[in-house]
Amino acid sequence: MIFTPTLSGLLSNPPSFYNAKPPNSYPLNCYPMTSDEAKAQLDERVRDMMTWHFSDETGCPFWLDWKKSVGWDPREEVKSYEDIVKFPHFQDEWLRDEKNERFVPNAFKGRPFNVFETGGTTGLPKQRVGWDDYKHDYEQFSHQLSDEFFPKGGNWIMVGPTGPRRLRLAVEHLANYRGGSCYHVDCDPRWVKKVIARKAYEEAERYQAHVMEQAVEIIKHRDIQCIFTTPRLLASIGERISISSHGIKGCFCGGTSMTPEYVRFLQEEVLEDKAQFVPTYGNTLMGLAVSVPEELKANNYSVTYYAPQPRAVLRIVDPEKTEITKGYGEYGRVELTTLTHEFFMPRFLERDEAIRRHPHAKHPWDGVGDVRPFGALTGKVIEGVY
Amino acid sequence: MSAPHIPILRQGRVHKSLDVQTVPKLGTDEAAAEISFACADMIKYDLHKMGTARAALKKFSCQELVEITKKAGEIFLNDALPVGTEGAMQTPEDYVLSLASTSGLPHALIRMNMKRLGGIFADIDTIFRGLTRGLDWAVLDKGYGEQGGAPVSFSATTNELAVILPSNSPAVNALWIPSIAMKVPVLLKPGREEPWTPWRIIQAFIKAGAPAEAFSLYPTQHEGSGIIIRRAGRVMLFGDDSTVKQYENDERIEVHGTGYSKFLIGEDEIDNWEKYIDTIVESVSANSGRSCICTSTIVVPRHGDAIAHAVAKRLAEIKPLAQDDPNAKLSGFANPMFAEWINEAVEKGLRAGGATDVTAEFREGERFHQRDGMNYLQPTLIRVDSFDQELAIREFLFPFASVVECPQAEMLGKIGFSLVVTAVTKDVAWINQLFDCPHIDRLNIGNVPTNRIKWDQPHEGNLFEFLYTRRSFQIADIA
Repeated sequence: MIFTPTLSGLLSNPPSFYNAKPPNSYPLNCYPMTSDEAKAQLDERVRDMMTWHFSDETGCPFWLDWKKSVGWDPREEVKSYEDIVKFPHFQDEWLRDEKNERFVPNAFKGRPFNVFETGGTTGLPKQRVGWDDYKHDYEQFSHQLSDEFFPKGGNWIMVGPTGPRRLRLAVEHLANYRGGSCYHVDCDPRWVKKVIARKAYEEAERYQAHVMEQAVEIIKHRDIQCIFTTPRLLASIGERISISSHGIKGCFCGGTSMTPEYVRFLQEEVLEDKAQFVPTYGNTLMGLAVSVPEELKANNYSVTYYAPQPRAVLRIVDPEKTEITKGYGEYGRVELTTLTHEFFMPRFLERDEAIRRHPHAKHPWDGVGDVRPFGALTGKVIEGVY
Repeated sequence: MSAPHIPILRQGRVHKSLDVQTVPKLGTDEAAAEISFACADMIKYDLHKMGTARAALKKFSCQELVEITKKAGEIFLNDALPVGTEGAMQTPEDYVLSLASTSGLPHALIRMNMKRLGGIFADIDTIFRGLTRGLDWAVLDKGYGEQGGAPVSFSATTNELAVILPSNSPAVNALWIPSIAMKVPVLLKPGREEPWTPWRIIQAFIKAGAPAEAFSLYPTQHEGSGIIIRRAGRVMLFGDDSTVKQYENDERIEVHGTGYSKFLIGEDEIDNWEKYIDTIVESVSANSGRSCICTSTIVVPRHGDAIAHAVAKRLAEIKPLAQDDPNAKLSGFANPMFAEWINEAVEKGLRAGGATDVTAEFREGERFHQRDGMNYLQPTLIRVDSFDQELAIREFLFPFASVVECPQAEMLGKIGFSLVVTAVTKDVAWINQLFDCPHIDRLNIGNVPTNRIKWDQPHEGNLFEFLYTRRSFQIADIA
């Protein structure tokens, strides 16, 4: 039986001022399904998104103007995911240079939006507007989590970037959605980047210690079972206390690339193989690509992430000729396409590279493995060395 | 034998990483070794536990550890020892071949360095006594005692001596070997192309009876090195002037930097200069000119041109030879770009004027030379007009020196920091000035090559004083 909760069914608080409700027939969790079924679902999603984002009633000024400028209509020419290469690469500078209002779909007109920021240490940061996407993404993610390691009703702590980050609201929503509350300890990555750029490593360590002191106090004195943090901060907490001995059973982690050796270290030494480590890959523009944590050890801690298809798609492309998808087992640059009613972003080239991996029974579409910064190694890399 | 896998050693415990890099034999795609790389956070965690490593060493008396060190030296020089994780054994000859294949060092130089290291092991009791100024070792076992009739007590400043090792000089391992007899565990970060020497020394120590917990080996990337430098209790590292400057106020860190070692001839001996050419040539070219104790500036009151010609002619006889040629004295560069960068730095200095490459008329071919897939720099002797010329006081990783004329009375004001100075003179007044000169680290009076050093005296810091601090104490009877 295919598990198909509907969009409206999973929304915690369907807003009453929703001007134009998007179609609610898209399933959030679609497994078990075959790769063919997943592909058909994706193609249908692509067609619907073309209709949504390039129709005057529902599309946003940015894409409607773009359509006029290029002289072709995606509603006519983009009929499947393969056709997405007809779009140029989305430039994230547009999210800084264009006014945010130009990305508001007409269907959402009049509804106040959240502003989420991504990257940036100086100047105007890149911003994405949003309404409920983060809730959809994290509710969908919630269904992937093990109730054994992330108990329903358990409290969470988030140790990481809060401020204007989508993550701040998303993790709290995840905790609430699972019946718990969320404590927060802020870590400002923009400040850390500046400190490291001037090689003030001791100052960076002092700042990290400042963050850690707050996190450790809360973990020690409050009833917390789940944590979201970055790999480095997790290791830093583990330097100070035994994380699992303080009641934490599950760790949802994201933020930077991790080598298999580092993932093993975090699972076996930092979490002492007692709490479950759940690596994720994501950002403000995509949502959350998930891994299969119960298979980490069997895969020698090489992590494969699966995009939240059909809401977002990850493709491993040839960096020199990005319309070409790399073969399975080959490294290439990560290309992201986001396909939600709130945000359409075709073919954004992430600053990462990864190995194209085969679909998984739980996620019957391509995965991206061993993500690392783009250009980290210039030599040819063959999968299997781990 | 297939390429051995050099693992991480975490207090002697083998850890095979999932992050593995291959070190190729120079000039080929063939693997010489696979190396496990440690992540930085793992090192952080392990540093918290180094107290147990020290506890393992403290179970032994200093006398026992001195005997173990001597025995380890014999084993290092003569025995087949485990290499890697698959049970393979490495004979001394295998060690020479492995190190040559990744470092570019000629076999003859490696054997010479082996002997030097063997000397450190063998002379450990002399070195220990020299660095502690004759301290009864039992004082370290008991924690307190007497020295020269005065009460003394020493406590360790650290649970580990961390060493960031370079890739180009196996002899630098001499610096940490005495640490074991002093009951301080070592945490070593090997150079990428040179895991062989620290690995073999560790295996020799363990076979000789030292506790494995005393040895940690972390091949790691830049970030891991940073963690070691920032977190370890005592750190030894190698670098240039900027590295020295960076850590000059950090008592935890001892930087072995550029030596700028010099060979001086006094007014009273300069007319006998021909007698000292052999010594000068050895001082410039020993260990392929790669040591901080090699002479890089020759300072004479007169006869500068004649001395430059004589030294250049002899240096030019040192040519790039096959690595296994028993006469090979010149090392290739493991990183081929280094040779190009250094050569350009020399050429830039020559273009500035006031400097002549005297070796050019004697050597075959250009300074930059390629052979057997490796880049070499042929020995170079530069005659400079004055100390102001930019090549007058420079140090490079190949046999390189300048000759500058300067009145004896002005020499000490001009030479600047010098790790080693050999001064050929019998002039007692000048000798007294030399002993009084604060920027000379090691001083040789007479016809002594700068590269011949005695390890029972401090070398860029006293290891014992680095690892131990003297404390005041009183013990009274309790009624």
